[in-house]
Amino acid sequence: MSGATFLQNLFNGLMFGGLYALLAVGYTMVYGILRLINFAHGDIMMMGVYFAFYASLAGAPLWLSVLIGIFGAAFLGFLIDRVAYKPLRNAPRISALITAIGMSFFLESIAVVVFGAVPKSFTAVFNENNKWLLDKTWNIGGARIPVLTFIVFLITALIFMLLFWIVYRTKIGMAMRAISSDIPTTSLMGINVDMVIGFTFALGSAMAAAGGIMWAMRYPNVFPYMGFMPGLKAFIAAVLGGIGSIPGAVVGGFLLGLLEIFLVALMPSAAGYRDAFAFIILIVILLIKPDGLLGKKSVVKV
Amino acid sequence: MNKILEMNHITMQFGGLIAVNNFHNQLYEGELLGLIGPNGAGKTTAFNVITGIYIPTKGKVIFDGIDITPLRPHEITHLGISRTFQNIRLFQDMTVLENVIVAQHHMLANTDVDKILKKHGKKTKGSSPLWFFKALTKLGYLNKEKEMIKEGLLLLEKVGLLDLAEEKASALPYGLQRKLEIARALATHPKVLLLDEPAAGMNPQESEELMHFIKQIRDDFNLSILLIEHDMKVVMGVCERILVLDYGAIIAEGKPEEIQKNPRVIEAYLGEEWKNAKAE
Repeated sequence: MSGATFLQNLFNGLMFGGLYALLAVGYTMVYGILRLINFAHGDIMMMGVYFAFYASLAGAPLWLSVLIGIFGAAFLGFLIDRVAYKPLRNAPRISALITAIGMSFFLESIAVVVFGAVPKSFTAVFNENNKWLLDKTWNIGGARIPVLTFIVFLITALIFMLLFWIVYRTKIGMAMRAISSDIPTTSLMGINVDMVIGFTFALGSAMAAAGGIMWAMRYPNVFPYMGFMPGLKAFIAAVLGGIGSIPGAVVGGFLLGLLEIFLVALMPSAAGYRDAFAFIILIVILLIKPDGLLGKKSVVKV
Repeated sequence: MNKILEMNHITMQFGGLIAVNNFHNQLYEGELLGLIGPNGAGKTTAFNVITGIYIPTKGKVIFDGIDITPLRPHEITHLGISRTFQNIRLFQDMTVLENVIVAQHHMLANTDVDKILKKHGKKTKGSSPLWFFKALTKLGYLNKEKEMIKEGLLLLEKVGLLDLAEEKASALPYGLQRKLEIARALATHPKVLLLDEPAAGMNPQESEELMHFIKQIRDDFNLSILLIEHDMKVVMGVCERILVLDYGAIIAEGKPEEIQKNPRVIEAYLGEEWKNAKAE
């Protein structure tokens, strides 16, 4: 592989990885707190992208559309927790899991009915003023890298800095960490557990929407099932890094993105197996290190 | 003396099991009240009813004139009841200081709790319905955080854990974990403190220190304390009044000296253990 192609793949992998990581963090936060795999996560991302898309069609400038998408998804995540998961807090975990799968189908079907099944082009959000985002490329070491790739990577990094600040430096983050270790005790500390769980869903959904919107800018195909595959990949990334661990989700996301891109780069004939490759990683990690790279050893208490 | 906490004919039934049976008593302001009884007598269940973990089958809990029976645990904590646990339940992955700060959420006003206070004509904490967004934008929030850290450190100093503020809670020796749990309970600014077997697993010297510590925090923080304990030395040493529970019902009540002589108590529970403790 020449230096230029290597760079090209590296940046692509980092961008992809960042997007997986953005989604994976949402899975891992909810799992850390409720021990629930929120299978509707990818679909919340899809809804966020649609919100941004329609806001833009309605005439909102790009920055506002992005914010509408992010906050719309945050509210949707909060709402889904209230309506679908909160009544099942004390139910067996499998009930909540099945509800999550149902919620995923529900969101996809709603999107088909409301937005239509025909894919739409997200390029509609760009106009004369910001079209350069799509076209401009930089020449680095002989590789032509779209500026958008850098912007996506930069924003992803900023979002992660914000996330770590929230989780490790603010009171609400402290409450989130407290809840993930012991819910009843946390409520006895005077913390409104339902509110903090709602906040966690909102935060995870907002990050998913941010990731989804950037994804749609790079691959401008918006359709009701667009959240399915990224959602599954992000789940794999979360398991790879150790589900329940936020740094793990970030590491897992980047690792999965890079692995996927370089697999295709090194074996172009295997390009069609890219998705299968991700699932093979899942199987392997579950077989040899089910706690993930940074996950805590889960001890069964007796 | 004013009643701060009233347990009005509380019955807690789980299916066919009556864990607490017509529990009727009160805790006076500034009092150190002991709750003893054999294992399974319903002591911890009584704590869980008071703190809102369980809603009693029958009866009411009145705190400071407010019926707290239907309230949720975090609301009851906001109003001023705090507790520790029989088996230590610290946030093990957090530092000592963080454990204390987590318990200071009451400093961020809570609209639901304000509504309850208002309904009973009490002073509210001045909450805003926008707290959720304030939490995001942190308007005026950083100051509060600094205040909390300051208060947390002050509290740790008072209980003698200041040097260990940055240690992980799990790294503390057992006795200090117990102390930290009490400090964490104090951080919620309680009026009533419920201690669930604070001397469990302590050696005689540690439990001696604990007795002084309990009396000291009662005076320093103007607390009324309800204490579950099996260590008879501790119970007889610190409590001013004692309730004896057996099969969920109160079988005796009185001063430590009276309880020691009560034949029903000796039969049900005190017997061997108390003789042993005296012999030591």
